[in-house]
Amino acid sequence: MNVHVTQPETQGSAAPAVDYDEKIVKQFFTATVVWALVGMLAGVWVALQLAWWPANLDNPYTTFGRLRPLHTNAVIFAFAGNTVFLGIYHSMQRLLKTRMFSDALSQFHFWGWQLIIVAAALTLPFGHTQSKEYAELIWPIDIAIAVVWVVFAINFFGTIAIRKVKHLYVAIWFYMSFVLTVAVLHIVNNLSLPVSFTKSYPIYSGMTDALVQWWYGHNAVAFFLTTPFLGLMYYYLPKAANRPVFSYRLSIIHFWSLVFLYIWAGPHHLLYSALPDWAQTVGAAFSIMLIAPSWGGMLNGLLTLRGAWDRVRTDPVLKFFVVAVSFYGMATFEGPMMSIRPVNGLAHFTNWVVGHVHSGALGWNGFMGFGILYFLAPRIFGRIAKPSWVETHFWLGTIGIVLYIVSMWSAGLTEGLMWRAVGEDGLLQYPNFVSIVDRLNLFYWIRFLGGAMYLVGAVMMAWNLWLTARGGGSPDAELPVAAPAK
Amino acid sequence: MNTNKAANPPDWHRRLIENKGGLMAVLSVAAIAVGSLVELVPMFTLEFEPREIEHVTPYTPLEVAGRDIYIREGCYLCHSQWVRPFRSETLRYGEWSRASEYAYDQPFQLGSRRIGPDLHRVGGKYNDAWHYEHMKDPRSTSPGSIMPPYKWLYDASWSGDDIDASVAGLITLGQPFPQEQAGNPQAHAFKQAKAISEGLKEFDIEVSADKEIVALIAYLQRLGQDSKAMAEARAAAEGGE
Ligand code: HEC
Ligand code: HEM
Ligand code: HEM
Repeated sequence: MNVHVTQPETQGSAAPAVDYDEKIVKQFFTATVVWALVGMLAGVWVALQLAWWPANLDNPYTTFGRLRPLHTNAVIFAFAGNTVFLGIYHSMQRLLKTRMFSDALSQFHFWGWQLIIVAAALTLPFGHTQSKEYAELIWPIDIAIAVVWVVFAINFFGTIAIRKVKHLYVAIWFYMSFVLTVAVLHIVNNLSLPVSFTKSYPIYSGMTDALVQWWYGHNAVAFFLTTPFLGLMYYYLPKAANRPVFSYRLSIIHFWSLVFLYIWAGPHHLLYSALPDWAQTVGAAFSIMLIAPSWGGMLNGLLTLRGAWDRVRTDPVLKFFVVAVSFYGMATFEGPMMSIRPVNGLAHFTNWVVGHVHSGALGWNGFMGFGILYFLAPRIFGRIAKPSWVETHFWLGTIGIVLYIVSMWSAGLTEGLMWRAVGEDGLLQYPNFVSIVDRLNLFYWIRFLGGAMYLVGAVMMAWNLWLTARGGGSPDAELPVAAPAK
Repeated sequence: MNTNKAANPPDWHRRLIENKGGLMAVLSVAAIAVGSLVELVPMFTLEFEPREIEHVTPYTPLEVAGRDIYIREGCYLCHSQWVRPFRSETLRYGEWSRASEYAYDQPFQLGSRRIGPDLHRVGGKYNDAWHYEHMKDPRSTSPGSIMPPYKWLYDASWSGDDIDASVAGLITLGQPFPQEQAGNPQAHAFKQAKAISEGLKEFDIEVSADKEIVALIAYLQRLGQDSKAMAEARAAAEGGE
């Protein structure tokens, strides 16, 4: 029997004490909370700019074109990235029953990564960008990322090498694939020739550059926002539910098919482009197949809760996890649908894609992150300052997501249909582009509202965790997450 | 208790694979290598349609500077340069986009959003004065626009030295700049910019040639010109037959 899954180690249990590095866990914990606020604030701001253009503030540094990459980098690499590192440094030590390979490397990784984020925040508003989505950072920062990543990889594999348990639990495979694949993607997509300290030109050109970028870009989604988060799901969901993972065999099939299929899917970002037809066809076919492993993984997560559903109603951590996994299922249903050529013909370029992105980003990544923070807080600090706020956060976030994605679907369908409307006379029915833009304004405001609610929830969380860490507030013994696992 | 058999893994593959960190690492890289190699390698040997590529030339030094501004300002986050082969798109924008047109796009600028209209065919659609007014205050030419104003492009100057460095880099990457541009890129850029600022005088617009807005206009007016040349050649070939 798979001991470390079925029997979550409890504080002060009889298991032989391992001197885990808790400092690094706390550091990544703090960074996750801080960057969540920064990244989401930037998101709400760009959302406002589309609803009300004066929010560009008429200066170069805060226009949409410069702030949007700041948003995407901050939420993906700073918020989601630190969430993943938090989860890995916490769970890996426990799964392998050993301290990390080297504290010095852990510290280097932590501080190196935070410096990279600060460097991003200091370059993107000044327009220093490579213009490739999610690979905007300029070449000196790219080199720094590569160095920090290698250090992380050494620490990661070093820890595997010195592990005290023989078996590598499924979460570790997902982490491993993340560590290795992100390195490959990052290096290949960023090969470029510097012409100054802040500018470089990629060695690829035209459609080749486009395919390399979307091979990267899609797999940034796959191997930064999906694979490691699935690893987190496989660790934290069974832990929080105090049940074994539903099926070990399914997790094996899930892992290998997901990793093998995902890497092919990039061309679904280039359907109906000048990319050769065979590449478009292959990319679309693999994207559609991806629904199988994605839903396999989702079901493995949800079915882990069988027999524990009554707990979901009362345990806010499980609530966050269940909603996260459900949105994962939704995004990975929508994605394959959007890879069907005619559907993509309608959805592409529209706000529908933005809605799809955020059902994954807000629902899956955001809620997994929040759930893990709330799961860990009582384990790190012994309690949570304001348990009732967790519930409020959950509902603010959930309603925020729904407002966000429903408004973006509506906006996407509206503009998609209006762009393509051709009358009986063979002429465009809406030749004036701005008249279509006009129709989206209400949807942009609703999205702004949804995003703002989501942000308010995150602020409540940050405040709550701050009080928790500071030792303020009133300890509440009834908080389910703080209850010792049986 | 746990009645689910699948949660008790058969031992053989654990012994064989999942207990071996090194092997897992090799296999998971192999799993991603297959798709990557199959999709990417053929792209490096891609050949352009000869009758198209002969009409495509690298951007001029000034256009390179304008393109760098386009990238810096993140215009690609609101504008695509990718007309799809649909009737509604060719009606709205013009010829659909061909692979050869992008030959000298480093980095590519296809974009993934259309918060504003596609720009791949915008060259020649408006005159320079329109762009000059539009970039300063988009609502002056397009009431209801949500595009931000770009007033700083009218104060800042492009740098000749940057242009030299950029063109040198692009030549290293294999772009075939004609000799009159490669020899002294910034002088060529200045000449082209001068012509634009002279042209703007006819609209009572006084702008010195070294302003960033001039470079950006040069770039915008270039977009789609190669496609036009291709289309004219196609038409001529058909007419001649
Ligand atoms: C927030 C999104 C946004 C950004 C960023 C943006 N634009 Fe626009 N752009 C629009 C919208 C919306 C329109 C349509 C209304 C109009 O003409 O202003 C437009 C129209 C245009 C047009 C006219 C196209 C036509 O066919 O009528 C040009 C040219 C243009 N933009 C250039 C640029 C350049 C250059 C940049 C970067 C410096 C830029 N835009 C940045 C949203 C944006
Ligand atoms: C408060 C919450 C958030 C708000 C209001 C918000 C808002 C926005 C807006 C307005 C855009 C630009 C969309 C466009 O081009 O029209 C955007 C893009 C994006 N956001 Fe967010 N965001 C939020 C949170 C997040 C989070 C948590 C993530 C990731 C974990 C995320 C990932 C992205 C990505 C990847 C894009 C680019 C999408 C694309 O290119 O299609 N966002 N966001
Ligand atoms: C089986 C899984 C999935 C498939 C097949 C898929 C497919 C797609 C497709 C077809 C697009 C639209 C491309 C376009 O027309 O421009 C897209 C965009 C996107 N998806 Fe997914 N998706 C999947 C899951 C996810 C998940 C779980 C997330 C987030 C965590 C996500 C994040 C994104 C992002 C960020 C984009 C926008 C990229 C951009 O244009 O900048 N996807 N996806």
